[in-house]
Amino acid sequence: MRHRFILAALSALALTASAACGSSSGGATSKTITIAYQKFGTFLQLDNQLKTVKTEYESAHPGYKVNLEPIEAPENDYYTKLSLMNRSAKTAPDVMYEDTFLVNTDIQAGFLAPLDDMLQKWPDWSQFTDAAKNAAKAQDGKTYGVPMGTDTRALWYNKDLFKKAGIAVPWQPTSWNDVLATARTLKQKLPGVTPLNVYSGKGAGEGSTMQGFEMLLYGTHNTLYDDTSKKWVVASPGFNDSLNFIKTIFDEKLAPSAQDALDPNWGTKVSSELLPSNKIAINLDGSWLSSTWISTGSKPWPQWSTVLGTAAMPTQNGEAPGKTSMSGGWVLSVGSHSKNKQAAFDLVTTMLNQKNSLAYDIGAGQIAERNDVAADPQYLNSNPTLKFFTDLVQSTHFRPAYPAYPQVSDAVQVAMESVMTDQASPTAAGKTFVDSVKSAVGGDSQVTTAS
Amino acid sequence: MTTTTAPRAARIGAFVPALVLLGVFFAGPLLWSFYSAFTNVALTGSAKIDFVGVDNFTTMFHDTQFWNSLWLTLVFVVGSAVIGQNTLGLLIALLMRGRGRLTRGVVSGLVIAAWTVPETVAAFCWYSYLNRDGTLNGILGWFGLSQNWLYTTPMLAVILANVWRGTAFSMLVYQAALNDVPPELQEAAAVDGASAWQRLRRVTLPLIRRSVVTNLMLITLQTLAAFGLIYVMTKGGPGNKSSTTPIYMYQESFQFYKLGYGTAMALVLLVIGAIFSLIYVRLIKVDDL
Repeated sequence: MRHRFILAALSALALTASAACGSSSGGATSKTITIAYQKFGTFLQLDNQLKTVKTEYESAHPGYKVNLEPIEAPENDYYTKLSLMNRSAKTAPDVMYEDTFLVNTDIQAGFLAPLDDMLQKWPDWSQFTDAAKNAAKAQDGKTYGVPMGTDTRALWYNKDLFKKAGIAVPWQPTSWNDVLATARTLKQKLPGVTPLNVYSGKGAGEGSTMQGFEMLLYGTHNTLYDDTSKKWVVASPGFNDSLNFIKTIFDEKLAPSAQDALDPNWGTKVSSELLPSNKIAINLDGSWLSSTWISTGSKPWPQWSTVLGTAAMPTQNGEAPGKTSMSGGWVLSVGSHSKNKQAAFDLVTTMLNQKNSLAYDIGAGQIAERNDVAADPQYLNSNPTLKFFTDLVQSTHFRPAYPAYPQVSDAVQVAMESVMTDQASPTAAGKTFVDSVKSAVGGDSQVTTAS
Repeated sequence: MTTTTAPRAARIGAFVPALVLLGVFFAGPLLWSFYSAFTNVALTGSAKIDFVGVDNFTTMFHDTQFWNSLWLTLVFVVGSAVIGQNTLGLLIALLMRGRGRLTRGVVSGLVIAAWTVPETVAAFCWYSYLNRDGTLNGILGWFGLSQNWLYTTPMLAVILANVWRGTAFSMLVYQAALNDVPPELQEAAAVDGASAWQRLRRVTLPLIRRSVVTNLMLITLQTLAAFGLIYVMTKGGPGNKSSTTPIYMYQESFQFYKLGYGTAMALVLLVIGAIFSLIYVRLIKVDDL
């Protein structure tokens, strides 16, 4: 009977051994380059483009193989899944589609490789705008990604509704009060129409922080983060004024009702339902919005380009440069665990050469970050709002890209929500914000109240 | 006695593969989460993992949002599982006793249909039923009561949805248990002049108390960990008004990258589940469960 025991023990060993093999064989060899990226809902453009790039790369680099690894998940879950992949050297991709605001966070986690040496030898690097070159430059001064395109934010307004209310178009407000005055006129003249949509509260998530609050705050004298002292800015006058703006539009019912605005699906409803049916007059939103309405979008609306106009978001009192915007954007980064970083970088440069950048920026509704793409007539004619949103890059801002940002952003949404629902005054909400930020970023020494 | 028991070594040996599998896939993750509850392990943003002792638990103790989430979890468990699913399941099972085949078929068919719907689908059905443009408001609009129920009464909404979805399980457990209650006992009690309530209280319930404990334990543990239903319906909002501990845990671990803190909360949830189980066993006095 002894041998039966040995047999059982052996089979157990074999089982564990085969399980171990299973996990290690997933690692890439130096001739296989794995690229991880997002593919979700209506966002198929990158997937399509990379299929072409794979063929192009493999024929130019005989013996090499590109392994496409699309992650089918919405934005937040994409970040999570990518982080989980990166946590083990065995599953970490060689190249990844990376949100610029996570670059610093992921560097501190040791996920990304610096590209400076390789970038110096790449002649195309000089084609990238200065803003683009800074987009993936980390706190340590090194560059960790090549930009694919960016976005900006501004006011979209319905020209038909404006004419009906007797407001002259084209419209370009010069201060917050100007925006409010127009919204008040619209409310008075057009019952049943929401005069002004500004994303607010936890329902719309990061959209509330970036399209809503930061579009206001960065038009004041203040920001969320002070780059010189490397501290988070709390209790600034601009912060209070921005909250007051939110309070005003919700109190005076210039904004949608809080019940609607806090619905997690509000953003989709705005772009696919309310704007096309002339129910919202002014909407503070992103440059990508029209991609919903083009013939390949999820809600085709051919008249959008004649019905909707665009206006830059003014600074608080018209301070120079008179307008403000916020930008995000994505880069392609090389993973620190990659066994063949040069080959990985070559894949990045293939994907982001002039031809492929042009095709991608047009397809995905991105604002070009290469000068030779931005000047291309094919790019400029692809969308009537493109020139407007591209010009906004001159006066745009970026989010503070640090590990604590998601928590600070959440605290902003909480402050907005308590103000829009009248649960707290802007002053009280500002005080709660100070406490939340302090506990998120590590105490008093990490924040400043400087105005 | 030719077929004596196999030698001790062989008997143990036969369990080894199962034990190894259990160790790797069951105990492994459990031990890892126990370990990481005492570290500052992060999803991203930091490469090194430090042992921080009970720091996570101290933070949790002072975290008002955590206490709020724990309270909401309690309301959710008691409201939807202990009171809702359990009572309603028992009631349906009692009412269906001795009914015609057709009635039984239709009622249990409907109740079980709700249970077989995948969680996200059920949650989305309830979302579209209760939201501002939903069916309920379509009806209530006639009386001028239209509102976004997920905004005005978020906890009630998720509790109702969970009762709707989970009652089938309790009903099935109680149906099986009631089948084992001898009808003679009921008849004898009736002859002695016991009212329907007394028969339920003094005869039926004591006889099925083991099923009651099993059912309560299972649905409590399931409901304690409920995530998908609430996440789809309200995402924990508005504000934190329906942010139960699993939702808060997800936010801290995966949106704020604090995996260590999240696992510490999971550990607390585990303890709460154990406490619930103990209370049930004590309350119902099952000596030989």
